[in-house]
Amino acid sequence: MFGLTSGYTIHIPETGASFNCKPQEMLLVAMMRLGKKGIPVGCRSGGCGVCKVQVQQGKYATGKMSRAHISEQEEQAGFVLACRCQPQSDLVITVVGQMRKATHRNEVSSSTAE
Amino acid sequence: MAMTGVLRPGHVQIRVLDMEASLTHYIERMGLLETDRDDQGRVYLKGWDEHDWFSVVLRPADTPGMDFTAFKVDSVETLNRLEQSLKDFGCEITRLPAGDLKHCGERVSFISPMGHTFELFAQKDYIGNGLGNINPHPWREDLKGMKVHRFDHCLLYGDDLDGAVKLFTEVLGFQQTEKVVVGPGGSVQIASFLTCGMKAHDLALIRHEEKGKLHHVSFLLRSWEEVLHAADIMGRYKIPIDIGPTRHGITRGRTIYFFDPSGNRNETFCDSYDWYPDHPEITWTEDELGGAIFYHDQQLNERFLSVVT
Ligand SMILES: [Fe+2]
Repeated sequence: MFGLTSGYTIHIPETGASFNCKPQEMLLVAMMRLGKKGIPVGCRSGGCGVCKVQVQQGKYATGKMSRAHISEQEEQAGFVLACRCQPQSDLVITVVGQMRKATHRNEVSSSTAE
Repeated sequence: MAMTGVLRPGHVQIRVLDMEASLTHYIERMGLLETDRDDQGRVYLKGWDEHDWFSVVLRPADTPGMDFTAFKVDSVETLNRLEQSLKDFGCEITRLPAGDLKHCGERVSFISPMGHTFELFAQKDYIGNGLGNINPHPWREDLKGMKVHRFDHCLLYGDDLDGAVKLFTEVLGFQQTEKVVVGPGGSVQIASFLTCGMKAHDLALIRHEEKGKLHHVSFLLRSWEEVLHAADIMGRYKIPIDIGPTRHGITRGRTIYFFDPSGNRNETFCDSYDWYPDHPEITWTEDELGGAIFYHDQQLNERFLSVVT
C-alpha cells in the first residue's frame, strides 16, 4: 500500500494481521484502525492496562506507564501499553491485555454487530 | 438547615505518572489554581470558588490512582468524637500531624471496608475565592480552560460495599440518597450514593472485586453550557473522552467523563437536586440500569464500567 512508505508495518503473527503505523503515531491509534469490533480502548494515558502488548521484534519509544500494569521485568521483556508505545521500526507484536479478545476476533466492523 | 458533623468533601490526593503533563491538564485545561508545593514534590490545587487552601493534591508516583480523600468536619470536638466512633467500629486509625499536608490541621486517617483510605480534618487555612468578601464581583476573569468551580466528589470501586455503607451512614452520619440493586428480588446492592450535606452525592461507591480502586474524581460546573465548553476544551487539546456529554438517571447529573495524562478518570458535571434529610431514598433496579447510568442512550458502556486506576 502507498502508506507503507511513510511509516512502519506492525505484524501480529498469531492473527496474521499486518497494518501501518504512521511516524509519531502511537501503536494503539494504529491498532484502532484495524477496525475490529469492540476493541476496548481504555484510558489512552498509560494508566489502565487494557491495551497491553508484547513487542517481539523492532524498536520503539515509550511514555510513562503504570507500574501496576508493566513491571520493570516486563518492560525489559518488551511488554508495553500500546497507548504509550511509539514504533521506530517495523514491529512484530503479541496482544496480551484485555484487547486480545477483540484483536483475535475474525469479523471486522463492517460485519454484523456482536 | 443546620449542618453539623461532617461538612463536605475536603480534598483528594491523586497519584500521577508525569507531573508536568498533569499540571498542564489540571491547571491549563481544567482551570484549577495552584496554591502550593511541598518537598515531597506534591502540588496543591483548588477550584476557583473554594475558600480553603487546597482541594486537590497531585503526588508523583509510578502507578496512578487515589492515595486518599478527606472530608472536613465542623470542629475539633467532632474530629475527636468521630475518631473514637471509627475505632469502636473497628477501623485502624492513623493521626497525621498538622502541616503533614501544608495548610491543613490534624487529620484522622482510616481505611474503609472497601480498601480506600479516607481522612477527616477540622481545620484548613483560608485562602478565599479571589473575589473578596465585601461587595464581591460574582465571577473571576482570569480563569483557564474548563473553569471548574470546585472539587465535588469521588466515585470509588471496592469489595465490601455493605460494610462501607454501614460505616458512612452509621458512624459518620451520611445518608444514602440513591442505591442500585441487582439479583433475585434486588437482594444485592452494587452501588451507593451518599451525602453528608445537601448534595445528591458527596461520595459514590460501587461494588468491585478488587479493593481500593478509583473510578473518577469529579469537578463541579454550573450549567450545561459549561459542560459543553469543557467538551470543547477536550476536543481542542485531544484529551481522551470516556463518555459524554450525557445525563445520568442516578443523581440527574449532566456530565462528561475523560482521562487525565495518567489514566485517572475525571468528571465535569452540572445539575442535580437539593437533598434534605427527610427526603426518601431512591432505588434503581437491574432492568433499568442502562438508563440509570446513561439516561440518553440507555446503554451500559464497558469501558465506563470496567476501567479504573
Ligand atoms: Fe461522579
